[in-house]
Amino acid sequence: MNTQTNAMPDSHVKSQATAPGVIPVTKQIYWALRREFWENRFIYLAPLGVAALFLFGFLIHSMIHPAGGVRGLSTLAPDKQHKAIIEPFDMAAGLVMGAFILVAMFYCVETLQRERRDRSILFWKSLPVSDVTTVLTKASIPFLFLPLISCAIAFVAQFLMLLVSSVMLAGSGFSVATYWEQVSLFQGSLLLLYHVMTVHVLWGAPIYGWLLLVSAWARRAALLWAVLPPLAIGTLEKLLFNTTYFAAFVGRFFTGGPEGSYPPGTMPMDPGTHLTPFRFLGAPGLWLGLAVTAAFLAAAIRMRRHRDPM
Amino acid sequence: MPCIEARGLRKAFGTNIALDGIDLLVEEGRILGLVGPNGAGKTTALNAILGLTPYQGELRVLGRDPWTERDRLMRDVCFMADVAVLPRWIRVSQVLDYVAGVHPRFDRAKAEGLLAKTTIKRASKVRELSKGMVTQLHLALVMAIDARLLVLDEPTLGLDILFRKQFYDSLLNDYYDRNRTIVVATHQVDEIEHVLTDLMFIDSGRIVFNSSMEEVGSRYLEVMVHPDKLTAARALKPIHERQGFGRSILLFEAADRQQVAALGEVHAPSISDLFVAVIGNQAGHTPGAAR
Repeated sequence: MNTQTNAMPDSHVKSQATAPGVIPVTKQIYWALRREFWENRFIYLAPLGVAALFLFGFLIHSMIHPAGGVRGLSTLAPDKQHKAIIEPFDMAAGLVMGAFILVAMFYCVETLQRERRDRSILFWKSLPVSDVTTVLTKASIPFLFLPLISCAIAFVAQFLMLLVSSVMLAGSGFSVATYWEQVSLFQGSLLLLYHVMTVHVLWGAPIYGWLLLVSAWARRAALLWAVLPPLAIGTLEKLLFNTTYFAAFVGRFFTGGPEGSYPPGTMPMDPGTHLTPFRFLGAPGLWLGLAVTAAFLAAAIRMRRHRDPM
Repeated sequence: MPCIEARGLRKAFGTNIALDGIDLLVEEGRILGLVGPNGAGKTTALNAILGLTPYQGELRVLGRDPWTERDRLMRDVCFMADVAVLPRWIRVSQVLDYVAGVHPRFDRAKAEGLLAKTTIKRASKVRELSKGMVTQLHLALVMAIDARLLVLDEPTLGLDILFRKQFYDSLLNDYYDRNRTIVVATHQVDEIEHVLTDLMFIDSGRIVFNSSMEEVGSRYLEVMVHPDKLTAARALKPIHERQGFGRSILLFEAADRQQVAALGEVHAPSISDLFVAVIGNQAGHTPGAAR
């Protein structure tokens, strides 16, 4: 009992000294983000892996088929050169973006369910981090961090491809400067970022919102709950009315809306692409989608509040 | 201000009533043991107190409504729900960083000091630790948080007796002071006996026993009755009777100490004996030892 009475004034002094300050929400978000990156290392490892694999393939291909690769450029007609040059760069960007979409979907459908499944939600909830902070931090992964990381990885991969090609071009008779100019890495990367942010983040937002909601709600098999209802609706529509409006409707969230951020038929990363951001931002469908996303997220926050661990 | 105050606390899951109108008053600085059979409503009651589940009735924890003011309340309340809720992928160093990052009242040096007494390595992941070590880690985190209310739900389930003993000793010596309140729900009643200041039995969503430990000691007497005095002893209406060491052991409530001393050897009942007597006397329970 002695220890107790001795301990008392001590802890009293201490609790006054470290006056219960409030941790600013920005700091909480920072640590909540750290948690996401500790827990889900695939957020950056998967796009990195895809980029590394593509680079490896590109390197091998350049070495095995020097004539078919960049060294053969000078033999092509000038109008075909541009396409031949940027094709592998588009492919690299496309693969990394494909990885981004898959990773984002997997992350969203898993994240809120897993913390209930392994009961760690009871630990997270024992700390003064609100459900709003937690869910919005999780949402920032597909909406902000994953696209930025993916674009950065695509940029680095394309830069390395440029270096490899420049070495291969030496003595081929094709100018390295022209090659760099054709690729226009910086402009292309900014266009890629624009493409991802408009088509896959802003326009595709309801997909991730929906997946987060299902993840917060489903007791098990969140992926099935996320996919089967839309699939069932699409199938019923086809069977009953022989139409595919619903499938087309869902498909648009993956490919961008009818009021795209580009005129139809142009390549996203082509420097010649004429951007139409105002037309994109002016589309009511975009704002409707964002409103629905907000509703999904609000529901996911509510779910995390109410759902028991499994 | 009482630490926890509930009036008519109710919670139903469909037709299953988990809490059937509980009244509760826990003053600051108490260590309350919440004991009950499986499915009695212990965890539901704790979840309501922690703002993890909505409820009907009135409930105030540290003067706040735990459901609507949960985010604010969690700065002053800490809990260890169940064993092994620490995420298995996290490293010891990461969990220290995280709690230090988000909790305004976390004393990292204290947690490091507590961990230094264990064999837990900073670089280990939780999944690499034994069950006992995970509990040690969680306890170190919890004890380093200067909370006013600590809620423990079966904190030592599945641990061996050494760890269990250590757990409660640590809690009592290195954590508890009169500004803090601890509520612990458990099955393993005998180990917490010397730790508690208050005892509460809960069964089928109702509180069936509620008393301070001093009161338990003075109000309840267990008598190992001489065989020839058994009839006389039974006439005094014991609340429970069991057999032990070839003798009848009778439990009396509010009996005259002098009177029962004449019947045999008197001693204080253990919590588990009291629990069997009280819960066994409830409708629907017929343990073999009961008459």
